[in-house]
Amino acid sequence: MKKETVIWTVVMLVGALVLVLNGALRGAGSAYVKAVPMQFVNVAEPGEVNADWIRYNSDRAFDEKLCTQPFEDIPEDLRESWVRYEQAELGEYLASRAADPNDDNYRFSLSQTLGIWVAALFTLFIFSFLYKDNPFYKIAESSVVGVSAAYWMVIGFWDVIVPNLLGKVAPAMVRAWSIPGLEDPPNYWYLVPLILGLMLLWRLSPKGSWIGRWPLAFVIGTTAGIRLIGFIQADFLSQIRNTVIPLIAIDSATGSFAFWDSLKNLIIVIGVLSALTYFFFSVEHKGVVGKTARLGIWFLMITFGAAFGYTVMGRIALFAIRLEFLFDDWLWLIDPLGRRAAEYASLLWPAMPLLG
Amino acid sequence: MYEFFRDLDRRWIFLMMFLCVAVPIIIIGATGKTFPEEPTQLVRAVFDEIENLPSGSKVLLSYDYDPASEGELAPMATMFAYHCAAKGHKMYFMALWPVGPQMVDDTIENIIKKDFKDLKYGEDYVNLGYKSGYEGVIKVIITDFTELYSTDTRGTPWSAIPMCHDVNSVQDMDLIVNVSAGYAGTKEWVQYAVTPYPKLRMVAGCTGVQAPLLYPYIPQQLHGLLGAIKGAAEYEALVIEAYGDKMARKDAGDNPLTDDNGDYLIPGKYTEGIRRMGPQLVAHLLMILLIIVGNVIYFVERRREGRR
Repeated sequence: MKKETVIWTVVMLVGALVLVLNGALRGAGSAYVKAVPMQFVNVAEPGEVNADWIRYNSDRAFDEKLCTQPFEDIPEDLRESWVRYEQAELGEYLASRAADPNDDNYRFSLSQTLGIWVAALFTLFIFSFLYKDNPFYKIAESSVVGVSAAYWMVIGFWDVIVPNLLGKVAPAMVRAWSIPGLEDPPNYWYLVPLILGLMLLWRLSPKGSWIGRWPLAFVIGTTAGIRLIGFIQADFLSQIRNTVIPLIAIDSATGSFAFWDSLKNLIIVIGVLSALTYFFFSVEHKGVVGKTARLGIWFLMITFGAAFGYTVMGRIALFAIRLEFLFDDWLWLIDPLGRRAAEYASLLWPAMPLLG
Repeated sequence: MYEFFRDLDRRWIFLMMFLCVAVPIIIIGATGKTFPEEPTQLVRAVFDEIENLPSGSKVLLSYDYDPASEGELAPMATMFAYHCAAKGHKMYFMALWPVGPQMVDDTIENIIKKDFKDLKYGEDYVNLGYKSGYEGVIKVIITDFTELYSTDTRGTPWSAIPMCHDVNSVQDMDLIVNVSAGYAGTKEWVQYAVTPYPKLRMVAGCTGVQAPLLYPYIPQQLHGLLGAIKGAAEYEALVIEAYGDKMARKDAGDNPLTDDNGDYLIPGKYTEGIRRMGPQLVAHLLMILLIIVGNVIYFVERRREGRR
């Protein structure tokens, strides 16, 4: 066995042992939920077609004295109930157990605990690519791709196709099937995008794939038109207007010369003109034009530097939140949100006096 | 030493970066101590836009991001919602990204439902959800919301949502607040909403990658900008300064708790940006050091090659 393999095997085993001990002794990485009973009653008048469900014990129910009898006494066809589980903190769970050991309103959640562990392990799998490509990274990468694709399809269907296409063309069907509150009358203009969409799907057919080019041409044409107007208005004309600024700025409050505003405006004007000169290739970059273009390069380089700095800041922030997740939700090393009882708050509590 | 740095395996740099980020997180997480923030003009402009609106104003909050950029943008989204709720504005949440509604739900669950229990769904805030079409969505709802949003995410019809009764389009909004991770995001809102309808006011919070590209829109087309996690941290500091007493942890008598210095004890969910500035500082110091070392190695190498 190679030395590198032995080292990594030992590291993995020690890490796994620490994780198991941390989980078994401290409960690290576990999640808890609170059971919230959801009780609804139908308060529609007898003979009314549409149901009118309201929350039992809600303000409206009390105000209108609609729910004066116990929930269990309401006829079954006029009531619905289920239990919703909301995320709870360990502190709440422990407090409820201390108050009443038989209280099962707060309980351990296996599914959410598994979620935390899967998220943590997948985070480590992705990080492992920094060492070198490996099967764990591939598993995580493939899972992300697969889940994302499925998620986009489901969201696209329920948030767009159902309400914005089927709901417009056949609202009665959608009302009966998925969105009871839909009130729109039919709008048959939406048959046009439906037909274009079906034509686009024709590309998958071995014959007549040219039919898909028509809707594609429509999409490209409209997108180009919309984008063109957007860029001309917001990025061309407006940017010219934004550059027409006074080189000698006056403080509107005092009426005196504003040195820093004047300097800022001067830098903006010089920066824009010199950077434009750099991209002006109809004249050879010699003499005054060459020097101005060179100044333009400096402005561009400063811009790239600022962009790089911002990018670094962004990437570090993303790295930080993943580590916070690992240290807080998974390993319980820290507790910045104050979600756990003091004795569970931090594994580092013996070092707290040193840390201040 | 020169050969050591020249031949240094990049994985040692990864390890150094890990330590530079991890150690401050653990120390800040354990002690609760953070760096002070001095808000810049751009961040103050964002704060003032929301603060100066009269209570009950209509604010459209478009959360155009997903979990991949949550580290930078979630603190902004949290504070935007808190600030609007604390001011008593009506909040219309929407998203141009498919995962955006989940980000909105997180904010509603963690901020509005926990700290503003009096606010009612449909009267004080509503989640309109996601619609596909990127800038096409903006182009449509700028003149007619109901063309795309016939219901909210719960399936409630537009006409049955009380706070939507006097809203026909984005033009009826007093302010647009955008949290943007890329396309479609702040740039598209500027292009298709604020530029053609200059009466609209808009502020945004964006990722670091986008920020330099959005500066040219300030101040005419974009009235304030939170750039990356630094902008989020400064905005948190401003909101805490203004609403620290309401935001602070409370004792049994509902009085705000303070620390030994008299500062309010602010819940951790409202200081995410400020907390993350600690790792930023140390990691940036490492980056600067690495850039200097890399340049020194480059110039030494070039001089040696020149001698040959």
